[in-house]
Amino acid sequence: MAITEDAPPGTEPPGERSRGTGTRLSSPLVLTLVLLLAVLAQAPIRGALGTPVMQSWTTVFVAVTVQALPFLVLGVLLSAAIAVFVPPAFFARALPGRPALAVPVAGLAGAVLPGCECASVPVAGALVRRGVTPAAALAFLLSAPAINPIVLTATAVAFPDNPEMVLARFAASLLVACAMGWLWQRLGRADWLRPPAHGAHAGETKAETFWNSVRHDTMHAGGFLVVGAMAAATLKAVAPAEWLRTAAGNPFLAVLALAVLAVVLSICSEADAFVAASLTDFSPTAKLVFLVVGPMIDLKLFAMQAGTFGRGFALRFAPATFALAITGALVTGAVLL
Amino acid sequence: MNRQAQAAVMFLLGGALLHAGTTDLYLRYVKSGLRPLVLAAGVVLIAAALATVWYERKRAGSHGGHPEPRVAWLLVLPVLALILIAPPALGSYSAVRTGTALQPPYGLDPLPSSDPVRLSVVDYASRAAYTHSLRGRTVRVTGFLALDAHGSPYLVRMALNCCAADAQPVKIGLTGQLPPVLRPDAWMEVTGVYASRVTRDPVNNGVIPYLRVTSARPVAAPADPYDETWNK
Repeated sequence: MAITEDAPPGTEPPGERSRGTGTRLSSPLVLTLVLLLAVLAQAPIRGALGTPVMQSWTTVFVAVTVQALPFLVLGVLLSAAIAVFVPPAFFARALPGRPALAVPVAGLAGAVLPGCECASVPVAGALVRRGVTPAAALAFLLSAPAINPIVLTATAVAFPDNPEMVLARFAASLLVACAMGWLWQRLGRADWLRPPAHGAHAGETKAETFWNSVRHDTMHAGGFLVVGAMAAATLKAVAPAEWLRTAAGNPFLAVLALAVLAVVLSICSEADAFVAASLTDFSPTAKLVFLVVGPMIDLKLFAMQAGTFGRGFALRFAPATFALAITGALVTGAVLL
Repeated sequence: MNRQAQAAVMFLLGGALLHAGTTDLYLRYVKSGLRPLVLAAGVVLIAAALATVWYERKRAGSHGGHPEPRVAWLLVLPVLALILIAPPALGSYSAVRTGTALQPPYGLDPLPSSDPVRLSVVDYASRAAYTHSLRGRTVRVTGFLALDAHGSPYLVRMALNCCAADAQPVKIGLTGQLPPVLRPDAWMEVTGVYASRVTRDPVNNGVIPYLRVTSARPVAAPADPYDETWNK
């Protein structure tokens, strides 16, 4: 493990600039060396990963990555399709001109993106590049993973005795997504968002632009997905589960504990309802907090948002989302549950 | 990372996904229903890799290009983990650290009349913990062994909803005639009778029913190590 993780940064090539000079290490050469080293050092790597902790770490890491990659690829394809085939004028016509109205419309539009949160990050990035007002794109980013039909159906299956949980999840998620959109419109500054990194180059065909966008988004978001998967696997393998039981007794701690758990576990939004249902010691409101926070902000989402919109954005956006998601879920829970 | 290296990484990643999806390997990490998506993602990644190489050759590197972030190098890790290490499905280590996920059943099919009755770990646990239908019946259950901090043996199956990150164990306590040597993670087919005794999981206070073992034999791990009945 040490070898495969340390080699790339240590021998990092100077990037594109060195291309063609032939005097410095090129990235294909580094890649070959890394792979060769990993194959040669197979036995010690396997030995180091043989302990139960490391085994369960590796399994969860691979599981999160394999589970998220198909949805990431779906999101990347959609985002490339938006970038290439949807004219910018379309969104100007489809969304209300006033940002304050565009936010709830975009939030509701999240219901049509079937999938989990990994798909919504690249799509939201493409929406911003196509000139959608960031406030609306962010409302879409937050609502899509929580209110699409697949996720709501899974929630209904997981809570067969509490159908009001589905309604509460839908209402709270939409509420928080819109609140974040409006908050961004009021307080957000354009320079917090990293300017879109790529667009069509002169002389490119549509197909070339499409595949360029797919390649760029996959490498970008994929790398950050791996960071998030490593963080989630670490916490899942190391953090003791007993503290949850201690927290369940205190209503305040219970809400906070499940909110933190949602961030740490980074579970796909299609599966989180089943995990919430199994937390039998906790109040329905605490479970709702888990269901609202998870799809909006977790470790892998934070890493991917930082990759797509820039670190300055993610550092401001994530804590605000976390706080608003808890508040929104508590208010909705008080009314509906 | 220049575009050739990016193409190589995408190709390897797509290949690793295809390798996992075409064998039973993917079942160690995600639910079986995800297979078409895993395969499709593999195909798209390989197509993107080939397209990148194709356009790169056509343009012969004439465009400036933005250097991709170094974080993209990390995509090599899942490739190596999947192809070189292929970590095993979650086992007794996670099972002991996580509380049992047993829930009151919504409705159970009538017990088959065969003797002994073949039941899954989840099926036996829900019937034994919440009904009396198993009284006097001989049952046969397959799962892997886990030993808690005090050395008490449990027969466990991890139940999974989407991927191994959300896998949760369902545990049955074992009493009666157990083999002299109990190795954690070993898969066993246990034959026994219903025991009315019930205990509480120290991790989450969940219900753990017991099974009085009359005989036990080692078996091979099943193709899908997880219990996915809760997906349906």
